[in-house]
Amino acid sequence: MNKITCDVCIVGGGPAGLSAAVAAKKAGAKDVLIVERDEALGGILQQCIHPGFGLKLFKEELTGPEYFGRFVDEANELGVKALLNSMVLEVTADTVTCINGELGVCEISAKAIVLAMGCRERTRANIVIPGTRPAGVYTAGTAQRLINRQNEMVGKKVVILGSGDIGMIMARRMTLEGAKVEAVVEIMDFLAGLTRNRVQCLDDFGIPLLLSHTIIDIKGNDRVESVVIAQVDENKKPIMSTAREIECDTLLLSVGLIPENELTSNAKIEISPITKGPKVNQYMQTSIKSVFACGNVVHVNDLVDNVSAESAKAGESAAKFAAGKLEDSTAVTVETGDNVRYVCPQSVIPADEKVDLYFRVMKPQKGVVITVTDGDNVLFTRKAIKVNPGEMEKATVSVKDITSLMVSVKEA
Amino acid sequence: MTKEIICTVCPTGCTIHVEGENGNITKIEGFSCPRGKVYAENEFTAPVRILTSTAKIKNAKTPLVAVRSKTPVPKEKLFDCMVEIRKLELTPPVNRGDVLIKNICDTGVDIIASGEVK
Repeated sequence: MNKITCDVCIVGGGPAGLSAAVAAKKAGAKDVLIVERDEALGGILQQCIHPGFGLKLFKEELTGPEYFGRFVDEANELGVKALLNSMVLEVTADTVTCINGELGVCEISAKAIVLAMGCRERTRANIVIPGTRPAGVYTAGTAQRLINRQNEMVGKKVVILGSGDIGMIMARRMTLEGAKVEAVVEIMDFLAGLTRNRVQCLDDFGIPLLLSHTIIDIKGNDRVESVVIAQVDENKKPIMSTAREIECDTLLLSVGLIPENELTSNAKIEISPITKGPKVNQYMQTSIKSVFACGNVVHVNDLVDNVSAESAKAGESAAKFAAGKLEDSTAVTVETGDNVRYVCPQSVIPADEKVDLYFRVMKPQKGVVITVTDGDNVLFTRKAIKVNPGEMEKATVSVKDITSLMVSVKEA
Repeated sequence: MTKEIICTVCPTGCTIHVEGENGNITKIEGFSCPRGKVYAENEFTAPVRILTSTAKIKNAKTPLVAVRSKTPVPKEKLFDCMVEIRKLELTPPVNRGDVLIKNICDTGVDIIASGEVK
């Protein structure tokens, strides 16, 4: 067996892993190794050729390849090493085991490990759509990879289920490549993705968005021939009298993402039932102190800029841990108050520093005030015209001497 | 002509109502910040978009390289530009930022490589 030693080993070479690697190097880690299963670094951004990345971090509008390209260049300059075409099989507190076609099984001993595996798309099986099982049903991301990286067009007449960002971006992409997108169908009564994408991907091309609708049947034997859609009532049950058939050869699913945490749960790291990712503190440290986690493996983000920021924290903390310099003391659990679904990090160690609390609301709400409190003590307050589950919110608080923390969103 | 424009400057997403003829705006309301007003004015008179796509590349490990318009192009020219981009047949090396089509469809905008193939 091949044996490798390093200071910080990073599982996954997408935007999270790259940002963590660069930050770990900058924080003084000597040997930083990324293990990546694809043939190149960059992760999902390799197929995200559309613009809209980097507005927060670089103050300019970049495409996916341009965005990760900057991190790859920086990682190369700093001497980050990468093991490509390598699938990680197991992670423990100090070891990453992976398999590589040329090297065989490799055992990597590391002083600190960063989990940056990202997430997977939910499939037809996850949401149980009735009907036949013809070819032509793709997750939006699979179609995106086929079209943007492999030069394979997936269909001509398309219906998209789910108004997530990838779905809307694929609606535009397929239209520009000559396909007809018949409709984007969304079961909720509000848009799942960003408003900007609705305007620039759907409205620009006259693609109908059908809110409070879902697909109740898929028809076709060899290939998709049509789908049946229907409006849903307030309990999300289809109203059968509204059912109508849309002829199409392709159905794309943009119905959510699931953090890819098989390695995490096998390592017996504590997982949040809400985010489906490891619970972390402000250093992105998991329940195993030598293991850190960042990006979509922790919670699904809507902006890669946030992933990069949070992952830089993970990389820096991992480097400090490897050098024996990371703060350690009892953490305070962050509580979720009114209309808050989850907060990341889930716990905070009191320290003389500011911490970014990222959170999502449960339901859309207008005219609100966001507060973070420590008992009766108000640490943060901000008014917002509206909040939306599709758009992550942030509150930055000083956490010196805190004894509790609660984030709430209330009517102003 | 009247247009309802959903502002994309920030997540608030104000619906801005604009009226006018031939690019002259006679009425604009519904914006809640100066940036939103400018956005709606531009959207009404001359909407532009960044165009991104892929171009074919021969003798390389991958069949495609990602491309983009360096700056936004007029919205109504998006499909004309796609026709030109589809004609490209590149060979390596392609570096990020390389100009692939100068002044595409007389827009004054260049198509550049956003991806890289060594």
